[in-house]
Amino acid sequence: MSNTPASLKYAKTDEWFDPATGKVGISDYAQEQLSDIVFMEITVSVGDEVQAGSQIASVESVKAASEVNAPVSGRVVAVNESLPNNPEAINSDPYGSWFIQIEGGDPSGLLDAADYEKHCQERAH
Amino acid sequence: MTEPTLFELSSPGRTGVTFPEADVPRFELPDSSLLRDDLPLPELAEVDVVRHYMALSRYNYSVDGGFYPLGSCTMKYNPKINEDTCRLPGFLYTHPLQPIETVQGNLMLMYQLQEWLKEISGFAAVTLQPAAGAHGEFTGVLMMRAYHKARGDHRRVKMLVPDSAHGTNPASAGMLGMTVKVIPSDARGNVDLEALKAECDDTVVGLMLTNPNTLGLFDEHIQEVVRLIHECGGLMYGDGANLNALLGIVRPGDLGFDVMHFNLHKTFSVPHGGGGPGSGPVGVSARLADFLPAPQVGILEPAEGDTPPLYGFVTPKHSIGRMKAFHGHFGGGLVRAYTYIAMHGAEGLRDVSQYAVLNANYLAARLRGTYKIPYDRVCMHEFVMEGRIEGSDVRALDISKRLMDYNFHPPTNYFPLIVHEALMIEPTETENKDTLDRFADALLKIAEEARTNPDVVKSAPHSTPFGRMDEVKAARELVLCCWLPEGYDSNR
Amino acid sequence: MTYIPISPQERDAMLKTIGVESLDALFEAVPSEYRFPKLNLPPALTEMEASTLLAEIAASNENVRGDLISFLGAGMYNHYIPAVVDHILRRGEFYTAYTPYQPEISQGTLQAIFEYQSLMTALTGMELSNASHYDGATAAAEAVNMAFAVFRGKRRKVVISPTVHPQYRAVIRTYTQGMELELAGDDPTADLQASPEALTPLIDVNTALVIVQYPDFFGRIFDYTRFIEAAHAQGALVCVVANPIALALLKTPGAMGADIVVGEGQPLGIPMWYGGPSLGFFTTRKQYVHKMAGRLVGETVDSRGQRGYVLTLTAREQHIKREKATSNICTNQGLLALASAVYLAVVGKSGLRQVANLCYQKAHYAAAELSKIPGVGLCFSQPFFHEFAVCFPKPVSEINEHLLEHGILGGYDLGQDYPALTDHALIAVTEMNTRDEIDTLVEVVKEVLS
Repeated sequence: MSNTPASLKYAKTDEWFDPATGKVGISDYAQEQLSDIVFMEITVSVGDEVQAGSQIASVESVKAASEVNAPVSGRVVAVNESLPNNPEAINSDPYGSWFIQIEGGDPSGLLDAADYEKHCQERAH
Repeated sequence: MTEPTLFELSSPGRTGVTFPEADVPRFELPDSSLLRDDLPLPELAEVDVVRHYMALSRYNYSVDGGFYPLGSCTMKYNPKINEDTCRLPGFLYTHPLQPIETVQGNLMLMYQLQEWLKEISGFAAVTLQPAAGAHGEFTGVLMMRAYHKARGDHRRVKMLVPDSAHGTNPASAGMLGMTVKVIPSDARGNVDLEALKAECDDTVVGLMLTNPNTLGLFDEHIQEVVRLIHECGGLMYGDGANLNALLGIVRPGDLGFDVMHFNLHKTFSVPHGGGGPGSGPVGVSARLADFLPAPQVGILEPAEGDTPPLYGFVTPKHSIGRMKAFHGHFGGGLVRAYTYIAMHGAEGLRDVSQYAVLNANYLAARLRGTYKIPYDRVCMHEFVMEGRIEGSDVRALDISKRLMDYNFHPPTNYFPLIVHEALMIEPTETENKDTLDRFADALLKIAEEARTNPDVVKSAPHSTPFGRMDEVKAARELVLCCWLPEGYDSNR
Repeated sequence: MTYIPISPQERDAMLKTIGVESLDALFEAVPSEYRFPKLNLPPALTEMEASTLLAEIAASNENVRGDLISFLGAGMYNHYIPAVVDHILRRGEFYTAYTPYQPEISQGTLQAIFEYQSLMTALTGMELSNASHYDGATAAAEAVNMAFAVFRGKRRKVVISPTVHPQYRAVIRTYTQGMELELAGDDPTADLQASPEALTPLIDVNTALVIVQYPDFFGRIFDYTRFIEAAHAQGALVCVVANPIALALLKTPGAMGADIVVGEGQPLGIPMWYGGPSLGFFTTRKQYVHKMAGRLVGETVDSRGQRGYVLTLTAREQHIKREKATSNICTNQGLLALASAVYLAVVGKSGLRQVANLCYQKAHYAAAELSKIPGVGLCFSQPFFHEFAVCFPKPVSEINEHLLEHGILGGYDLGQDYPALTDHALIAVTEMNTRDEIDTLVEVVKEVLS
């Protein structure tokens, strides 16, 4: 059973967004599905304006590759530059492993933890 | 029991093959600033090298060693005569830029092979230049793009690809910046016609279709699919990976396909070589012939009386250009395929496909009661079943690994993506009934083991020289060579 | 003759198990109006007949091991191939195996490729090598794809020296036609006497990649160190197309600071085979490994604690990334990568130096002797390796025709690609050319010109 902190909001494409800090990452469910992550790359820079649903990063595991999208629109105010050097941290600590920080993001279109868990269960078949 | 690397076997001062002393006066080497100091290559005697590679060869499973039912790869027997014909000195030691008058044999062979492939596939023209299937596919997609552009049809940017397609199909379209639209399959494994109709508009470049598809099924609405694509102004691309089912059975050109790549290393017995070289000629319909890569082999002067024609190179009018240096995989690909087709003739080629289809259906019939075949109808040269057993948690991967203990190469795993725990089995026509029965027996036995003794399946293989590899370690530590230059600054 | 090992009795038993009456009944999904076309192909041959036919076809060519003396190179070279190479290649365990997807039963291929990768990094002075591309030209085109991916499409210019092999430049033009790239420098009318630095003004902050050749298409040896520094100052990557035999002697592109080194591996134990199949080697720096196309073998351990090898970082590739992959390539030139590894292993450090030195010495002897002929001159003054451009007072086609009458394949006519080099030929000399052959060449050229 995946861990889904209630303080965060979630996109259907498995990114989490922290309304308190503006940080963005991928969910525990997502890292489990990908399995052992061996490479990650952030494709936006500080100062970029991103749209919800646009690509901000890509992640590759031993058996899969996935795009990571911005869960909300806004301006990128920080990127986690140390994460690409230690991509396996996404497996061990998905909610500590933030990718970027977005300013001015509106989380109202995102799922809360309970709805996101339901969304994950529906896809488990 | 692991074999040391060449670098570990090396011993300073040991020599292998040596060369004669120079028979010309000595010339000064360039300034030392242009020269390298060290050449860190291994130092070995010839016998060391032979024993090393003999040891490595024994770690490999091969078609010569046993049954290799790897779906979509057509691992048929590679006739030994091909190995001799492609090594004839007249082929081995001709330079690609020699005057054409001195290589009429090569050019005649290439011209005739073009003609034979046209006849087999029903296309108007064929290029032999592409180096492999994926390279042929890229060639084909470039021609489709050029065709639309030449007509001033600049809106066409959307390539349709069924969900059962090989990954190379979307990747080829992606290399040209096209958007890829995935078309689902219907319940019988055909292209879903309603979904296809919904995408057919004036932005369609074409549809990239493997037929029979990667489920091993011939699309039951193929003519309707072709009609829909042509009606919206798109082109039909055929992925020839599965052509081994169609020789003398049906010609893709007759069905209305506009482009198709051949895999000479699958259908026409060119050996796979542990991952290449392949050879991927491309056939096209008349409207695409002017866009073929340059150069093509053609007849420059027709035959007259006893004088044979003069073969040479020609450039198609609106050629997309050159796909590789020189003329394609001549020696390793074209000569072997030529030998194979010459020996089979029309009836032999039809036998190839009929028996390939017979063998696949026979295996499916023997396994059907135990393994689920999700799109179950008469298959062509391959079929896909689910690698899971009622009442057991073993997975397709475990079954594959366990097959190695029975001395079989596993089928293709986890492809196509639309079947859970897919095991894709392609026996080819060059296997006898006894082999197929032994293979089916092994799979039935493994299904039994999965219920009674699942651990023996999940920890397989047991009898191979190596166990399962730690792929995570390989990807995270990335040790990609056994040597690095001394004092090399990787933090530049 | 076919290779189908099923008797009519077995066939009938199998049809019965399937539950159909005949082989033809298996094809009802195929539209009936097109089913079972009659193919117009020549009658099938037995092995004996095919063997004779192919021998006749091959014999109707004039080859460079008996029929002709060759001074033709231009990207493919007549080198000696030690007997061991083909003996290893003929092992069915190697040539009848597929791509090593199942590492437990493919360690032979995997370790051989791992060693190939190691040998290529040693030769080029780079950090890593992939498992190879189709040929030198497509490897150069894949360098463009990689650079494009490194800059995520934000830099859209590629600068190519006009002294890169004309066919390589043509392939790059074909490969990139859908990428909306600007190709600069690719101009055969440029001043060919100019040093590489003449390209520097074309390199700007929009430049993803700069491509030069080493030795260049005319055989010339340049130290690109300064030039590469200038390209790096604009943030561009530099790809060097290198001849692998020359690298036994010359400073490595890695030592000059190159980011990518590619080339044609045919000189390393692979026959010319009328142009293919050959081998495109591709080496680069570790930081670009995730952007590189092609297969890659990495070291690991198995469940029993033994050292072993696997295809690694496969999620970069087309079967997973599909339309987002850097390239659609899915094979390498497996068997020919093996050929080059066996070649390098058996000639080794000293043998490869000998080959390179023989090429150098004999080419310089040929150049010196040819340029003694009145009216014949070397086109360039820079140091060269085993190829050089000479100018003749007559069209190259005329001279080559005479040479051919004397059983000699003359040099490559440079006028076909470079308007300024009409009447210039590119002469290649390898360890296979004896002094007698070179003297004959010189004699016949003298005769033609007198």
